[in-house]
Amino acid sequence: MVGKIDYKSAGDHALVAEFGNEISKAINDQVRGLSYLLENEPVKGIVETVPTYRSLMIHYNPLIIDQMSLIAELKKREEKLENLELPPPMVTEIPTLYGGEYGPDLEDVANHAGMTEGEVIKIHSSGEYLIYMLGFTPGFPYLGGMDSRIAAPRLKNPRRRIDKGSVGIADKQTGIYSLDSPGGWKLIGWTPVSLFEPGAEKPFLLKAGDYIKFRPINQDEYEKIRQAIEAGRNKWKTYPKKTEKGSM
Amino acid sequence: MSGLKIIKSGLLSTIQDGGRLGYQQYGVPVSGVMDFYAYRLANYLVGNAEEDAVIEVTMMGFAAEFLQDTVIAVTGGDLTPTLNGRPIGMWETVFVVPGDKLAFQRVKTGCRCYVAIAGGIAVPKVMGSRSTYLRGGFGGHEGRALRNGDELKIGKRKNKIEMLRDRSLADQAMEYPSAIILRVVPGPQEEAFTNEGIRDFYSGVYKVTMDSDRMGFRLEGKKITHRNKSEIISDGVAMGAIQVPGQGQPILMMADTQTSGGYPKIGNVVTSDLPKLAQAKPGDTLRFQKITVEEAEEAFGRMEKKLNQMKKTLSNGKNMLNPMEEKPDWNGDVKEEKPVNHKKEPPKLKEDLSSREKPTPEKNKVPLKPGQRKFIVRINEKEYTVLLENREKE
Repeated sequence: MVGKIDYKSAGDHALVAEFGNEISKAINDQVRGLSYLLENEPVKGIVETVPTYRSLMIHYNPLIIDQMSLIAELKKREEKLENLELPPPMVTEIPTLYGGEYGPDLEDVANHAGMTEGEVIKIHSSGEYLIYMLGFTPGFPYLGGMDSRIAAPRLKNPRRRIDKGSVGIADKQTGIYSLDSPGGWKLIGWTPVSLFEPGAEKPFLLKAGDYIKFRPINQDEYEKIRQAIEAGRNKWKTYPKKTEKGSM
Repeated sequence: MSGLKIIKSGLLSTIQDGGRLGYQQYGVPVSGVMDFYAYRLANYLVGNAEEDAVIEVTMMGFAAEFLQDTVIAVTGGDLTPTLNGRPIGMWETVFVVPGDKLAFQRVKTGCRCYVAIAGGIAVPKVMGSRSTYLRGGFGGHEGRALRNGDELKIGKRKNKIEMLRDRSLADQAMEYPSAIILRVVPGPQEEAFTNEGIRDFYSGVYKVTMDSDRMGFRLEGKKITHRNKSEIISDGVAMGAIQVPGQGQPILMMADTQTSGGYPKIGNVVTSDLPKLAQAKPGDTLRFQKITVEEAEEAFGRMEKKLNQMKKTLSNGKNMLNPMEEKPDWNGDVKEEKPVNHKKEPPKLKEDLSSREKPTPEKNKVPLKPGQRKFIVRINEKEYTVLLENREKE
């Protein structure tokens, strides 16, 4: 079911199409749906669209289309959203070396959860996480669906520098740092896979609306993957998500 | 030898173009020049394509030596450009020969200027753009601000050097007052604020603080009260967005704005006022005036028409020394606001007096008073002392 879409002005060159006011997969699916629809049936004048948790921001060129006409064009397409056949989302595997020097806060997270480090790893790597949106820094995924049993508060003193590839937990969220940056997430592991390579032909590994799955690896495997990546060979796996039917 | 060499990098000098479009869905800011009006005029003057890369110079300290014959144009804020120590005109073409040194003395008006060179700055495109994104460390020259000793290459010139002689757009120069009125389209979260909060925002005077950079300007003025929560589920952010976090002081999101954010946005500064806003520096004062999307579209359409007219006239070989029939009316668009229910006086700020009046071109031509203002700016965790000519009536 597609609910009522609220069109909200964000100045004279951007418009927000809002589907609801909560973080939920159902609402995010609708955002993904509109984004997909506009890719396939473009409206002249749209420059780019930015999917977020519960809305799609549409950046457009006001010299080509004014806001009122843009809203009219979007409304014409609303009906099609109901029966839209979306391709299945993709799942990208993120090989992750948990604990030790790569995940200095794993012990802390385990203590907080009252379980062993192994149990935290098992829970963290068992789910497929929906990428609600990318932002904060280029390529950083806002992930949903973490098991609340391993939730842990942010660090009281944020680190001045966190290496890119670090996998962390902040409250009920989990994420991967896409750039070296300061941050307060509790770090539980590290992946050699790069989410963002500015100079590459395909600079981004992930896309909003797709999923990621963490796969625990050991030091040997980590080294092999790292060497393969350095040699320019992709070593990660991407596959269509199974349980999804492909329609909203 | 060709290109140019950076002698002094100055406060902050970066390579920018029209911006990096198409990657916001991946969290990549658009970046690009802060003041698109000055940028486009600079490129028109030297016969460049509209999207060619230029150097964006911030406030002071920049100096460069040319290693080849070429033609340049300096537009934007008046940072008192000199060539070999002698003042040069802005908004017009200037011929340079190897060994010529371009430098900037002090800030007269605005905050940043654009140095366009015939052929454009030749740096590789990253994701379709030559713009530097400092926080991400990519684009421009090695993904960073220019440093002393950097050498930059220049692209192929599109016109014969003779064609570019005596080109001037000085009569189209934008005024950069330090008390700025900005038109705002409300939304997308205006409902997150109390009626009083909204009224305060549109009647108050806001000062640009030191905590301002290419990503955004933090303002200080009348507190804007939220209705309930001061956070929203993160959604998209466009340049010009006015975010208001919990403490009630607005943040204006600029060229390097994050693509999404979790603070409610009371409105967006209209596109045609972004160039003026881009030239605001710490201490300048801003006032906001609500207009409709339709009015904003009309204003932008007028500005764009004017820009295209200039471009056409120049490319037809006319040198523009004969002024265009119509003078720009950037201040003419702004109607003086009649505050409704404006009982409380806005907070007394230093620059309050001048900002209460509508800025007019005449006012900006008042001769400068002696004396300078001194303040500290923080860029990339470094502090710089900036001397600023005092243009305010204290």
